[in-house]
Amino acid sequence: MSGVLKILSAGPMLTVQDLGRPGLADRGLSRGGAQDSLALWEAAALLGLLAPVAGIEMPGMGGRFMVTEKTRVALTGAPMRASIEGRPVPWHAAHSLAPGEVLTIGGVSSGTTGYLTPGGGIDSDPVLGSRATHLAVRIGALLADGDTLPLGKDRAPSAPPQELRVAPRFEGGQIRILPGPQTALFSSEQIRAFEAASFTRGPRSNRQAIQMLSEAEPVWHRASGGMASEPIQAGDIQITGDGTPFVLGAECQTIGGYPRIGSVHPEDMPKLVQAGAQSTLSFRFADPAPIPTGTERLRALTRAITPLLRDPATIPDLLGYQLISGVTAGDDLDRD
Amino acid sequence: MIKEEASPALHPLGMDGFLARFDSRFSLEANRAAQAFAVAARDIEGVEEAIPALASVQLRFDSTGETAPARRATIEAALQDLMAGRDWLALPESPADRRWTLPVSFDGADAPGLTEAAAKTGLTETQAVTSILEAAPRVLAIGFAPGQPYVGLLPEAWDFPRQTSLSDVPAGALVAAIRQLVLFANASPTGWLQIGRCAFRPFQPGAEDPMPLRQGDQIRLARVSAHELAGLEADPMGGARLEVLT
Repeated sequence: MSGVLKILSAGPMLTVQDLGRPGLADRGLSRGGAQDSLALWEAAALLGLLAPVAGIEMPGMGGRFMVTEKTRVALTGAPMRASIEGRPVPWHAAHSLAPGEVLTIGGVSSGTTGYLTPGGGIDSDPVLGSRATHLAVRIGALLADGDTLPLGKDRAPSAPPQELRVAPRFEGGQIRILPGPQTALFSSEQIRAFEAASFTRGPRSNRQAIQMLSEAEPVWHRASGGMASEPIQAGDIQITGDGTPFVLGAECQTIGGYPRIGSVHPEDMPKLVQAGAQSTLSFRFADPAPIPTGTERLRALTRAITPLLRDPATIPDLLGYQLISGVTAGDDLDRD
Repeated sequence: MIKEEASPALHPLGMDGFLARFDSRFSLEANRAAQAFAVAARDIEGVEEAIPALASVQLRFDSTGETAPARRATIEAALQDLMAGRDWLALPESPADRRWTLPVSFDGADAPGLTEAAAKTGLTETQAVTSILEAAPRVLAIGFAPGQPYVGLLPEAWDFPRQTSLSDVPAGALVAAIRQLVLFANASPTGWLQIGRCAFRPFQPGAEDPMPLRQGDQIRLARVSAHELAGLEADPMGGARLEVLT
């Protein structure tokens, strides 16, 4: 057994998340997992892992954390104010955390949801093949002050810090959508009006669905009119009784009766869930663009990683570092 | 007005799936078709999931990588062939493989909507309960929440719509509308009327089989008193009995 992650104080909505439980929708269980799954792939790339592991999802606010064994921590998703022992550390990066050091994560500076992923992942007991908390069906629970979580083994706890260049996805923008089985029930005028409207994230948003508010007249509303409930999944855009669209989230139900105008392209879900209440979103029907395989995704992310360069002025114990230790020809990584 | 579309038909469903719809409205024929089509579609190479609902089935495939468009086209063609190869809406009813007997209390606080439901059926409360106990409905679909069954059809007297106002019901609530029953896995707001309560939990995380009910199972309800039901609460099986019929 490796060390544990201690949660000294927890923000209000922290949960353990991985990529969820695919393949159980026919038993009524939606996949769940991280709302911004790209953030877990980014963490895997930063940590040199072959696949995403379980981390902590932090909507809005982080917390204070300690470890009992040296481990790296990857900070991904929405940028949040972070410091180790009071020293500010950059987001979109992996840092080494020594036993006893306190990692403090504050509020988001843009976007909605940040992620903290330890070097070997959170090693809690899987339920139905996943460690993801699924609040809606009461698998797992919100994390609280004083909780401890088992850590997986970090293979390189002392690796130098790395950072990742990320494409912007924290300020809203245009979201590509794809047709679904009920898109044809909407008129072309309704589709045009929906594509022309601007939306912001509403207060009734959670892991089950994201409420889309608009000042435009909801002419895209249509009654369900006795349709039998049909299979639904994350990304589907339901038009509810008063015309308010809800984009279904990770913890959505598996069968629903509200008419659905389309589905968010899976590659645009991270941008959608990361758009805060101040960001503007719009929807546009688009051709299905290809989705990379996991291997392709990791390879592309890994190319965007560089060693984290620190300003020496911010290093408090600079004289304690051995700054030059041997000179090489500079090609040792290329030689066998 | 609802725009009626030709059924059965295959529709796109997002990036990684199709929906085979046998009817836009519920019918027992479309429900049988959806169940049978799901079983057959699972044999098509590349179909990773077949998720039957009430009158339709979602089919999912792997949508990642450069070969995904070709894979999508192949699977779509195979699904179209499967759909065209049989009169899916003419399948005979198949006998149930399994029968559950679920204890249910129709008393007082366990059945806050029973009076209103009975009034809608035109029966007395006692007659309404008897008509449910005598029915042998089937699990029409599992979904909404884990393990949660849609059960039907009830006698025609139970053909009243869902309520437009929502009320909160607890886990184990047995609710009725549109000739169907739903047994709630979790506390939830609903437009269906709560006519009883079971101690059986459709979702039992940690159990060997966390979602014990299956589409097609027959459901018999056995009346117990509120006091007797309270005695069954400790076990998530809630006194349920399963008979395997084949």
